[in-house]
Amino acid sequence: MKLFFLALRNAFRSKTRAFLTILGIAIAVVAFGVLRTTVTAWYAGVDAAAVNRLAVRNAVSFIFPMPYSYRDKIASVEGVDAVSYANWFGGTYIDQSQFFARFAVDAETFFDLYPELKLSEQELNDFKRERNSCVIGSEIATRYNLALGDLMTLEGDIYPGQWTFVIRGIYQPRDKNTDATQMLFQWDYLNERMLQEAPPRANWIGWFNVRVKNPDEAALVSSRIDALFENSTAETITETEAEFQRSFIQSSGAILGAMNIVSFTIVLVIMLVLANTMMMSARERTREYAVLKTLGFSVPKISFLILAESLVISVLGGALGLLLTFPLVRAFAAAIPKGWFPVFEVELITIILLTVAVILIGAASAFFPIRTVAKSRIADSLRFVG
Amino acid sequence: MAIPFIYAVENLRVRRLASLVTVVGISLVAFTFTAVLMMAHGVERTLAKTGSPDNVIVIRKGSSDEISSSVSQDAQNVLATLPQVRLDDEGFPILSAEPVVVINLEKANGAVSNITVRGVSKQVALLRPKFQIVSGRMFNPDLRELIVGKPIAERFPGSGVGNTIKFAGNEWTVVGVFECDGGGYESEMWGNNTQLMEAFGRGTTASSLAIKLQSADDFDAFAAAIEADIRLQETKVEREEEFYRKQSEFLALFIRILGTFVTIVLGMGATVGAAITMYGAVANRTSEIGTMRSLGFSRRSILTVFLTESVLISLLGTLLGLILASGLSAFSVSTLNFSSFAELTFSFAMSGGIVVGSLIFGTLMGLVGGFFPSVRAARMNIVNALRTG
Repeated sequence: MKLFFLALRNAFRSKTRAFLTILGIAIAVVAFGVLRTTVTAWYAGVDAAAVNRLAVRNAVSFIFPMPYSYRDKIASVEGVDAVSYANWFGGTYIDQSQFFARFAVDAETFFDLYPELKLSEQELNDFKRERNSCVIGSEIATRYNLALGDLMTLEGDIYPGQWTFVIRGIYQPRDKNTDATQMLFQWDYLNERMLQEAPPRANWIGWFNVRVKNPDEAALVSSRIDALFENSTAETITETEAEFQRSFIQSSGAILGAMNIVSFTIVLVIMLVLANTMMMSARERTREYAVLKTLGFSVPKISFLILAESLVISVLGGALGLLLTFPLVRAFAAAIPKGWFPVFEVELITIILLTVAVILIGAASAFFPIRTVAKSRIADSLRFVG
Repeated sequence: MAIPFIYAVENLRVRRLASLVTVVGISLVAFTFTAVLMMAHGVERTLAKTGSPDNVIVIRKGSSDEISSSVSQDAQNVLATLPQVRLDDEGFPILSAEPVVVINLEKANGAVSNITVRGVSKQVALLRPKFQIVSGRMFNPDLRELIVGKPIAERFPGSGVGNTIKFAGNEWTVVGVFECDGGGYESEMWGNNTQLMEAFGRGTTASSLAIKLQSADDFDAFAAAIEADIRLQETKVEREEEFYRKQSEFLALFIRILGTFVTIVLGMGATVGAAITMYGAVANRTSEIGTMRSLGFSRRSILTVFLTESVLISLLGTLLGLILASGLSAFSVSTLNFSSFAELTFSFAMSGGIVVGSLIFGTLMGLVGGFFPSVRAARMNIVNALRTG
């Protein structure tokens, strides 16, 4: 135990150097934290996916719709508990830089299938009853200062024209990783207008959401649904919600890969900074270690000294970095344009990774100094002039 | 009198290991910084090369991309008659009514990606002079045939010449591979526009209309003519170059924000590393400093020489990082462009601005990191310094 205190005092022998090393490590830890948080934020959709929900889309790509008539056929498939549907509306709200998801959904069933979007009984009934009503997420309500009863006007692109809605519901996200930035309105409203303005575009669905009775049967039910529509003009691909979300992420694989590489680089930089410090301090104390050896300290004991010193610095740096990561992630989230990442929070896995990395780096940086001490001869070390 | 420059260089050589470690740390930072800037620049350059200066693109008024846009046959007909449109040798307007969709294809590693499929008119070669077939042949406009851009053929195993791809209820045969000046079109698959419009059940409605004007200066007159015409109320026109440049904005911005943040933080870390090394250097040479001062060198010259050493280390590191990063130009990256919902292939592109920026950044790291240690060295008391070590 006394050895540990010796190591502690050794670590702060040169206060400037110790402080700088801790600072350097803390900075790198923050960078690592923000990067990993960005990567996990990207996967937020995948994490938030429910195990008992499937997504049915057109096999060619998600920009092609499917006929409305598929709904009943899907509902009658064995293992299917409930079916809902949605069309991506897109359009512009205020201006083109306001990103958030805007869908036309089946008012009757949608919120049934998505219990993580919490609405009061009253709001749900109002939404179902009024044709041109809409429901927005709590984040959207806060961001644009909207309340129940306010109007929202969208300029359509896929579905051209001016579309005005009355806000009849503001949903609260149930979980930390639930997207609270969606805007949903009645599919029937969209369809009625299409029937009037562009009949060939009516009665088409963007994708179906299916709840299965038994999550273990997800793959089976998926293949049953796809088999129904094989060789038709609109073949389908049914997959679990998690896979559906993941397919969006995969296409950005290159960027995610780059971020992971950079995270690794950061870890390397941390290691270099700390290793540099440890090597310098060990070099300075070559004569000291020789004296300790003369006094009878074994090599393992001296190694422990060096290791403890290294770990003290790395752990302190890691702790400081972790403390700084949280406010910085929040600052970063505020700096990126709203809507890029609906969810941006530091995950537990990031914290765990960081802690492990910091400890490993502390140990690795002590390697060369320990090896030098172990191999050196007392007489040579005593003679050493830094 | 200033301390000779060679002294600074020699010191680096003498304290090899510590200098090397710092150089490597800084080179990592410089590499990351440069790589990110090259990536963003690569995206912009690829998309900037996509348009021609005398081409314009007409899309639906509320849309910002081709996927969500539509231009009716009526509007197409009116646009073709406008006087600013260039005519080919036979007197036909040079334009292409293009249906644009996105389909899924599997990459070599199994990941599914979105590829843009574009229908082009028979005049596409006149419209886009840089377009050329590099293997196979051009598609037959009366058949369900496609040509694919070179990077797509290389990355997607099912898309080479001779393969068939199934979509829109038909099987399409790939008959050729094309290049188009390394621009965004190379990430697409092209077929005849009439065939594709028919296959997608769109009748004669196109996603966008690409038109060649008599000259690039005719743009304003052309845009005014569209504004004035009631029949074209639902459309808007942009220069092709401008349109595709905007498609790169989001992705390039994203890469830059992320990259800049990481590099700033990494840079701070490397600066700290440089500072630690310099403090160590100062501590080791205390008696040397005392000697130099007693020889008559001023405090300022001590400060300068240590700063010089620091800047030298960081410049070396930056150069190393730059050289390594420039090797990246051989690689191309393929990722989803959020603005078009489809895959875009681009390569890392170096520019003079990036080199200058990296060098400045590197010098800054050396200056900031070495400042305080140099000040400490300069402020040393001669007698105490000589007494040490």
